[in-house]
Amino acid sequence: MQLLKIKDTLAFMSYRKVASIISILLVIGSLASLATNKLNWGLDFTGGTLLEVGFEQPADLGKIRAVMESGGYDDAIVQLFGNANDVLIRLGQRDGVKAEMLGNQILSILEQGTGDNITMRRIEFVGAGVGDELTEQGGLAMLTALICILVYVAFRFEWRFALGSVTALAHDVILTLGLFSVLGLEFDLTVLAAVLAVIGYSLNDTIVVSDRIRENFRKVRKGSPEEIINISLTQTLSRTMITSLTTFLVLLALFFKGGALIHGFSTALLFGIIIGTYSSIYVASTVALGLGISKEDLIPEEVEKEGVDQEGFPL
Amino acid sequence: MLNKYPLWKSLMVVIIIALGSLYALPNYYGEDPAVQISGTKGVKADLATLDLVKAELDSSQTTYQSAALKNGQVMVTFSDYEAQQAAKKLISKKLGNEYSVALNLTPATPDWLASLGGVPMKLGLDLSGGVHFLMEVDMKTAMNRVQEDMVGDFRTQLRNAKIRYRGVKEFGNGVEVIFKDTADLSSGEDVLKRTYGDYLFVDNEDNLSLRVTMTDAKLKETREYALQQNITIIRNRVNELGVAEPLVQRQGAKHIVVELPGIQDTALAKEILGATATLQFHMVDQEHDVYDAVNGRVPPGSFLVYEQDGRPQLLKKRIMLRGEHIIGATSSLDQQTSQPQVNIDLDNKGGSLFSNATKDNIGKPMATVFIESKATGEKNADGSLKFTQHQEVISVATIQARLGKSFRITGQDSPAAAHNLALLLRAGALIAPIAIVEERTVGPSLGAENVELGMQAILWGFALVLLFMMVYYRKFGVIANLALAANLVLIVGIMSLIPGATLTLPGMAGIVLTVGMAVDANVLIFERIREEIRAGKTVQQSIHQGYDSAFSTIFDANITTLIAALILFAVGTGPIKGFAVTLSIGIITSMFTSIIGTRACVNALWGGKKIDKLSI
Repeated sequence: MQLLKIKDTLAFMSYRKVASIISILLVIGSLASLATNKLNWGLDFTGGTLLEVGFEQPADLGKIRAVMESGGYDDAIVQLFGNANDVLIRLGQRDGVKAEMLGNQILSILEQGTGDNITMRRIEFVGAGVGDELTEQGGLAMLTALICILVYVAFRFEWRFALGSVTALAHDVILTLGLFSVLGLEFDLTVLAAVLAVIGYSLNDTIVVSDRIRENFRKVRKGSPEEIINISLTQTLSRTMITSLTTFLVLLALFFKGGALIHGFSTALLFGIIIGTYSSIYVASTVALGLGISKEDLIPEEVEKEGVDQEGFPL
Repeated sequence: MLNKYPLWKSLMVVIIIALGSLYALPNYYGEDPAVQISGTKGVKADLATLDLVKAELDSSQTTYQSAALKNGQVMVTFSDYEAQQAAKKLISKKLGNEYSVALNLTPATPDWLASLGGVPMKLGLDLSGGVHFLMEVDMKTAMNRVQEDMVGDFRTQLRNAKIRYRGVKEFGNGVEVIFKDTADLSSGEDVLKRTYGDYLFVDNEDNLSLRVTMTDAKLKETREYALQQNITIIRNRVNELGVAEPLVQRQGAKHIVVELPGIQDTALAKEILGATATLQFHMVDQEHDVYDAVNGRVPPGSFLVYEQDGRPQLLKKRIMLRGEHIIGATSSLDQQTSQPQVNIDLDNKGGSLFSNATKDNIGKPMATVFIESKATGEKNADGSLKFTQHQEVISVATIQARLGKSFRITGQDSPAAAHNLALLLRAGALIAPIAIVEERTVGPSLGAENVELGMQAILWGFALVLLFMMVYYRKFGVIANLALAANLVLIVGIMSLIPGATLTLPGMAGIVLTVGMAVDANVLIFERIREEIRAGKTVQQSIHQGYDSAFSTIFDANITTLIAALILFAVGTGPIKGFAVTLSIGIITSMFTSIIGTRACVNALWGGKKIDKLSI
């Protein structure tokens, strides 16, 4: 069976101007949204207290809010989580109270106030200052990842490819963050992990394409760089689509079956996979082409040596 | 010949997958809820304890699966969590204070498998339920204390050496002394250098000041000490909680992670971790008869305390020294007699207090009393926890000479006992306050639900990919599916084998993602084979070329993803680490199964044969 029956080479690169404009607009839009809407930072980053409690029957949010208010917690945000019986309560940082005991206090207030049988599902408390450290660490992690990858790809391929793939990664990360900012989705630690996984995935795609471009520069004797890139993209297109499809399928399973706790995680990845697939075709190649990649850059003797090395590997 | 594997290679694939399956197998059997009973402080659970527990459970008609004595602990397993909870309450009520009764999960792994080292995967707190605390040590207070001690010590030393000074005060990371003249300045510097040789000395003859500051190494050492000390204290307290497999671990320069699986009453946990344990030294009352006291005639000015083994001791009420003055305790062997001993260091104030208190009591026995506040688990009317004070004599030793800042206690039975005493002494001396800066509690119902959801996601994702691959690549798709299944088994097997690896909810997401991405290698290879066939190569050549030319692509693509996963592992905490672990393992195992594994199958089926058409 074949998903795509392609006879001729598709002229991907002739649309690169349009793609670039779309990408640039999307990046600008994302950055603008990040600057104005900011990210809806989760508890991990902001600090505060969060409780998830389960009621035996569908929860009466109004009543819970009233109970919380009469208990002196008028800043509490009360919402349903996942289903009608589970309620999520958030509280900001507060002074004067022994913050780590807050969760238990609220549990007993709710129990007395509503008269219902309540099960504690989870309590999270993050102190002030912990979040700042985390933001710093998370940002640092992302930068380190990008730099390590840049170095590896530059070492294995060529600096133009390296810049191309890192541009594609930055593009994917910014757009994913932008989506979270525009939709106001909560950005917590698991989402950060997902964004790093998007980096891994998108890179996977980009490398496969770059690898084929390198190979074709060596194999195809005639043809401009643009034509060779088109040939390579066409050859790898069905692989790109199939892998994206299988990954998309499992992520759909995760989104619908994995529960509310990892919705943010799967949303970031679902979006990231689509963007990553697009960027591996257009962003990375366009940048490499724009930087003037040519046949001479890719036929140094080293490349031949590498091929020899790998034949020794037990396949 | 093309596409033939040597026998050893095929065997290697079979053996690795067989081993992976073997060590993944314990997860199929799962774990049974259990109650674990162990003795505290010297008391050991034995056959009598086992009989007592069995009798108690039988009489209350609580059904249990098995009850056995293993490694000095009684382990009772149950078929469900309700019975486990009920039994825990019953048993702890029956056995009382001397035993700790903890909820646990015990692997239901068959004996033959367990003897091969097979254990199920460890579940993270988000799957098993429990509490995660991040505690921060107040380093500022710790440093201030060290500085205060320096100030006191400087004063004493200068006074003893009869050197006059104008003032001693804390300064920066050290102490500043102002002298009256340059002669005093230089002799004072000489005196202080004797004990503070590894500090930084800066003298200024213009204003007659001497600044003694900690070197960077010394600063680091002091901080390390404060952190280690607090870890020891917390570990001791956690043991008091009766949690089956607690984790107390440092994180970074000033944080301590405490993980308590299965704990649901977080209030209790927090009270206990914050509770105090301390030590006091008292003289033994030799003028009165201890057995009169046991019979109720305790003389005024004395009090009755028991040793671990129940032996009574009558002690004078006057406290010679409190544990807060202990700044260090180590155990060692006496070089001459080879007897175990505990070396104790006191701070300045403690040193002079103790010196005064012991000078008139040489040759008399002195007792060390361990005092701790224990939460009873019951609550007062206002909802706060009830605490009881527990006192115990941990050692009685004869004072050999006037004791000062450092002294030793002998009379311990064994090096192990001496070591424990040193630990307890240190545990009593909290060097810096700690605060809980992060808490994550997951209730048991949510944990079980997360496992269920994670499994569902994995199974659905797996099924969708299997179906797609089979339809799209036919026989080759089936082979890829076999590789995918082998990959899942290997991930589970390796996760079970690595002692530190825990499965978390994001970890399960990592497995799902791996399932989706693992087929990529096969897609790459199969697409290549199709291309080669279209280009008119023979079937055997196409297979060979397909695998060969796809390899470097697969390798590069996976290495870069691995880089991202490893960075995630390095900076992530808790659940995120779990995601990084499964993703990394998945990348490595998938390279093995999807390249070498599928090649072994393809070679065995089609290799070396004359074929015109491939089912791809």
